[in-house]
Amino acid sequence: MSGPGAVETTLRERRDSGGRGLVPYVTGGLGGDWTATVQAAAAAGADAIEIGIPFSDPVMDGPTIQEANDRALSTGATPSGILDRLRGLDVGVPLVVMTYYNIAFRAGLKRFAAALAGSGVSGCILPDLPLEEVGPWADAADATGVETILLAAPTTPDERLPLICERSRGFVYGVGLLGVTGVRDELASSACTIADRLKAVTDRPVLVGVGVGTPEQAVEVSDHADGVVVGSAIVQRMLDGAGPEGVGALVSEFREALDYAF
Amino acid sequence: MTLANPGPGGRFGEFGGRFVPETLVPACVELEEAFTQAWVDPVFQTELGTLLSEYAGRPSPVTECPTLSEELGLRLLLKREDLNHTGSHKINNVLGQGLLARRMGRKRLLAETGAGQHGVATATAAALLGMDCCVYMGEVDVRRQELNVFRMRLLGAEVRTATSGSRTLKDAINEAMRDWVATVESSYYCLGSVMGPHPYPLMVRTFQEVIGTEARQQCQDLLGGVPDVVCASVGGGSNAIGIFSGFADSDSELVGVEPAGGAAVGRGVPGVVHGSTSYLMQDEFGQVLEAESISAGLDYPGVGPEHSYLAATGRARYESVTDTEVVEAFQLLSRTEGIIPALEPAHALAWVSRERNALSGRSVLLNLSGRGDKDVGQMMEILA
Repeated sequence: MSGPGAVETTLRERRDSGGRGLVPYVTGGLGGDWTATVQAAAAAGADAIEIGIPFSDPVMDGPTIQEANDRALSTGATPSGILDRLRGLDVGVPLVVMTYYNIAFRAGLKRFAAALAGSGVSGCILPDLPLEEVGPWADAADATGVETILLAAPTTPDERLPLICERSRGFVYGVGLLGVTGVRDELASSACTIADRLKAVTDRPVLVGVGVGTPEQAVEVSDHADGVVVGSAIVQRMLDGAGPEGVGALVSEFREALDYAF
Repeated sequence: MTLANPGPGGRFGEFGGRFVPETLVPACVELEEAFTQAWVDPVFQTELGTLLSEYAGRPSPVTECPTLSEELGLRLLLKREDLNHTGSHKINNVLGQGLLARRMGRKRLLAETGAGQHGVATATAAALLGMDCCVYMGEVDVRRQELNVFRMRLLGAEVRTATSGSRTLKDAINEAMRDWVATVESSYYCLGSVMGPHPYPLMVRTFQEVIGTEARQQCQDLLGGVPDVVCASVGGGSNAIGIFSGFADSDSELVGVEPAGGAAVGRGVPGVVHGSTSYLMQDEFGQVLEAESISAGLDYPGVGPEHSYLAATGRARYESVTDTEVVEAFQLLSRTEGIIPALEPAHALAWVSRERNALSGRSVLLNLSGRGDKDVGQMMEILA
């Protein structure tokens, strides 16, 4: 591996220009038009897009993404089906797959990493694969150039943060609160705290997700972080049937708020 | 101790590990340290030993079954965990974990439950130790085990219904883990079986080893040695690990009995869910399959990692029985010995009964992990 991959390069460029990164999350296989939603999110100013591959037992996810998972799975969504749809889908921004470790483990780590790379996916987030267990997967991902993004949580001790930042690729994902994914009324103070703690120990881009659900919250935490991941708010729009235009409009709101503030 | 300790990171061979969100990693590390220290602390040992004898009623006896033995043509011995306070082996584990939680300064016990036995045991420990208790239970199980739901509430616990997925034990664990992610700084997750992230499989086994330790001595007294076969039902596998631990270094054959609809060892391939690598019923893409068993306590698509290891190394073997065979065994023990078993250990008996010819003339120690009071309502409907 030489130099940063597409995800990190993109986020560094955004940061270097004084802006903040915006990474919306789209549940793969949710509705027949989900790839159009990915394209709409890109057109609306996303820096990268997370593609959720549904898993039957998503312990890090709250009700919104659980429901999206269930709906996608019940209509026959599969990891290979989702990756097939991504192949050749040139949206102009890097794609990051988010799923759970068993999906990669079952496929075989090398095979799954190759499948991601072969579908044009640049990065991967596996929220139930912590630092001590990430080795075999990270090696397989590194070998194909897929950037493995690690999470740091409010409970992570100080001495552990640099180790996570060092092993992470693309960016470091700061978990904004103690809890699962989902929109909250207010931004937790822990979101800003984890961003500050990470920024103090790494030059890698730091994005905060989990509990970042409105443009105002995105701006607030981006005073401390290099950007945000927005999941449940986007997925709720998909569940509500807003379609690609509706999701694109929401991504635009986040983009405009961040661009106005920074 | 006769079962080997896991290696670094909680590995039993290729199984085990600690596959949890980063938020929970520090809590697992803290728990590992607290447990390791407590277990060698004489104060903790005295507290636990006193509770086990004076509160839970240990030691539990081993009962000879003359009538049924004659009917089956073998010598059947039952380790009577059904006689424990709260009606199952689950109390052994929750008293240990409850004391540990108190040492760690936690005020709230969080648990999942299938049949409700672990939930009742946890609610009991919380009441005893003056702690709050929240138990997650699948919607299907809430319906088929309403007596235990009432019991938990009577003991002061809050019972939350898990309505996602298959609405059984697997989903109750998902919900409990989500709660834990949100409340990790104040709650103690009191996991009910030898599963989950390290150190749970090792810690829960350690708290259940009392079953095997007692049974080994009791068999020595009754048989002048070890039984030919030691068998137990396996869902997550805590009662089986408990009794296996007393005989792992002996010549006894170790047999775990799974429900046909939840046979993780029998039908699964290695996978990672709920914190560890183990055999798992899953589809070709890695989606976890829904188990289907008459027994809410065994209605789980996974199994504790050490069982996967014992299966892979051949030290134990795993068989499965059908719901129909279980219903027959439930009635058989009730009628012949005056002991109404829980549906979970009825699986082990169903295997013994089915394999009576192969087991002819041999001594069989069966872990009767719980009593059947909780299942009587369900059986009334089935047998009507």
